[in-house]
Amino acid sequence: MKKLILGTAALALSAGMALSGSHSVVRLGTEGAYEPWNFVNDAGEIDGFERELGDELCKRAELTCEWVKNDWDSIIPNLVSGNYDAIIAGMSITDEREEVIDFTQGYTPPDPSAYVALDTDVDLEGGVIAAQATTIQAGFVAEQGWDLLEFATPEEAVAAVRNGEADAVLADQSFLDTVMEGGDLVMLERKEALGGGVGMGFRESDDELRGKFDAAIDSMKADGSLNELIAKWQVSSQF
Amino acid sequence: MFSYCTDPSTLEGLTWLSCYLTTGKHFSMYFSVIVVLVLLAITAPTALLFGFSAATAARSRILPLRWFAWGYTNIVRGVPDIAFFLFFVIALDQGFEWLRHKVKCPDWTEPVRNGVEFVVCDVAKLPLSSAPQWVHETYGFFLAVLTFAIVFGAFAANVLFGAMRAVPRGQMETAEAYGMTRRQAFWRILVPQMWVYALPGLSNLWMVLIKSTPLLFLLGVEDIVYWARDLGGTKSARFTDYPHGDWRMWYFLALLVFYLALTKISEITLDRLMKRLTKGQATAGGEAQRKAAT
Amino acid sequence: MSCLETIQAYAFRSLGYGERLLPRGEYTLCEQFTLIGSGMIWNAYFGIFALISGFVLAVALAVGKASPNRWLRKPAEWFIFIFRGSPLFIQFFFGYFLFLSLKGVSSFFDPFTSAWLGALVVLFCNTAAYSGEIFYGALLSIPKGDIEAADAYGMTGWTRFKRVTFPTMMRLAWPAYTNEGIFLFHATTLVFFSGFPAKRQQGDALYYANYFADKTFNPFVPYPILAMYFILLTLMIIFVFGLFNKRLNRHLPQAARPKLKFRLNLIR
Repeated sequence: MKKLILGTAALALSAGMALSGSHSVVRLGTEGAYEPWNFVNDAGEIDGFERELGDELCKRAELTCEWVKNDWDSIIPNLVSGNYDAIIAGMSITDEREEVIDFTQGYTPPDPSAYVALDTDVDLEGGVIAAQATTIQAGFVAEQGWDLLEFATPEEAVAAVRNGEADAVLADQSFLDTVMEGGDLVMLERKEALGGGVGMGFRESDDELRGKFDAAIDSMKADGSLNELIAKWQVSSQF
Repeated sequence: MFSYCTDPSTLEGLTWLSCYLTTGKHFSMYFSVIVVLVLLAITAPTALLFGFSAATAARSRILPLRWFAWGYTNIVRGVPDIAFFLFFVIALDQGFEWLRHKVKCPDWTEPVRNGVEFVVCDVAKLPLSSAPQWVHETYGFFLAVLTFAIVFGAFAANVLFGAMRAVPRGQMETAEAYGMTRRQAFWRILVPQMWVYALPGLSNLWMVLIKSTPLLFLLGVEDIVYWARDLGGTKSARFTDYPHGDWRMWYFLALLVFYLALTKISEITLDRLMKRLTKGQATAGGEAQRKAAT
Repeated sequence: MSCLETIQAYAFRSLGYGERLLPRGEYTLCEQFTLIGSGMIWNAYFGIFALISGFVLAVALAVGKASPNRWLRKPAEWFIFIFRGSPLFIQFFFGYFLFLSLKGVSSFFDPFTSAWLGALVVLFCNTAAYSGEIFYGALLSIPKGDIEAADAYGMTGWTRFKRVTFPTMMRLAWPAYTNEGIFLFHATTLVFFSGFPAKRQQGDALYYANYFADKTFNPFVPYPILAMYFILLTLMIIFVFGLFNKRLNRHLPQAARPKLKFRLNLIR
């Protein structure tokens, strides 16, 4: 065991030394499975709204950035334990998360969550509502006291509506827009305002880095390029 | 990949499929097959080493060492591997960084653990944040190997400990009668003979190890199951040149075939190994082989 | 809320009794212990029922696999190969998928898409295959003399199986079967993690541990609690299986009674 530890340490050390002269790198953590925010494209690269946004922000802040994929469930624990420096993964700014990490200002305005069902006259109070496990939507449905059915992925939650396991699914509107293409589902009029926009997450001790990205977001807001990006990827309403 | 793949929407049938299956994303999946196989190939001997050390420690005359071995094998085996994987890798990583931090930054005054936050000085980061991505990935891979080895080492320790005890007492007594020291008897008599008793248990463990690779994605290694889930999910034409519905079933069917094939190959190989190990051993199987030969 | 009140409110939350909302805001240790413990009810439920029902099928599979009749042998061999050769989570996926499509055929299958029945069926097949292989190995290593002695007494067919073959097979297979029992209980954590949807936030121990880890962003508290519960459960399994082992070996002279050794056994 000792050998192994020393081995990996030596490996990391030698690689680090070879690069010690170069610019320090900011590592951006994302999930890579949340269209249109971030996903892996056909070529196997991270793509999407946040990929373009992150690259632009790094350019404006004059930082060298590198993309890292991480499982959603452990995305915050891995940030606070220092495996990357920022989260840019369609993460809504919530009070619970604010207690553990710090967010930049939102780079999208707060957007409502929407319901999708097989037809419009579905009874939400009496029906079964599907949602992705451990999301703000799942928490909301549980608080309302409705019958919540939790799935591991948003895709399965939508599939549950199609095959009759659930009466409606509650999720981010931008995600639901992508599943409406089949034509068999309808979006309800009713929307829920959950969360406070989407921002980048940083360790609480990393105020300096957060400031740089905040400034970069400001400049993108000011010259309208942020709105252009939002429109291009249809992730939310514009500023 | 092929020259005719520039506009997949015009293609149909097999040509479309040939393009679809050769996208960069699919190659990531094929690569992950290799990653899984390499991981298995490295983990198995490492776990065996852990198991052997623990089994030896469990036989030691030093009491604390025995306690340690006992605690390790019984606690780790009592915990579902999935629960272990969910927090252990981060703990391991923090442990390493903390050790390095103690060595490299002795005059650091701020607390390392601040609420849930874990901050070490920059030079103690593992790997350094300026290191290229492949170093990070290799490091993650080794953490995964180490975690797997710790978990399966505990099971292997149990099998090996049992196997050491299964070697007939007479063999060890004979060794003593020849004047061998405890150490000599252990290495020359016990260890060569124990494998035949250990192999059925170890091969079973190998089968369990193969089937636990889907848990790799919890350890931050992108394995076949991760990619099968991702690639199989519904793809809208907005984000890909190859839109399709929910194809997870087909991908999982392919996974099923992969795992069944791996199991079958392992079974055949292990059967052969068992035949070879049995040769000349003082067991019923060895006796049967001897009779068949004469 | 005092700890006692928390226990009253959440001890049976996993079954849908007590407080409707899961704890929010503070997440005390007491809440984590109570809820994760409450989730253990599901793990115990899946484990116990799958083990008992799987046992019956496992014996049938073992006898089938050892049978000279190929119409019995081949299906048993394939069943064991498929369920032993594939990861459990793939079995859950296909199980859920199958039950969904069967639901369209007949309303008899309606409850199968719920975890309490659907996941149980998958776990039942899984443990039957593993135990079947263990029993099959034991069946082959029954001492020749035992069967010959039974023959000498004029026992045949069912009588011989009931009085000689079956008890000896159990005795030989028991240590390995104990391990299978432990593995099965561990495997129940996968039900809600990658198999079936959780209804009204009623889940197993891992579901609640995951809930707390997600809310507190600190995996170092809930998962070790979960681990502790499972170590206790494992000790209980070992104890209960030990009682059976004692009974299976009660006819042997005191010195020859094998003590149950807890290792991945030689037969499996």
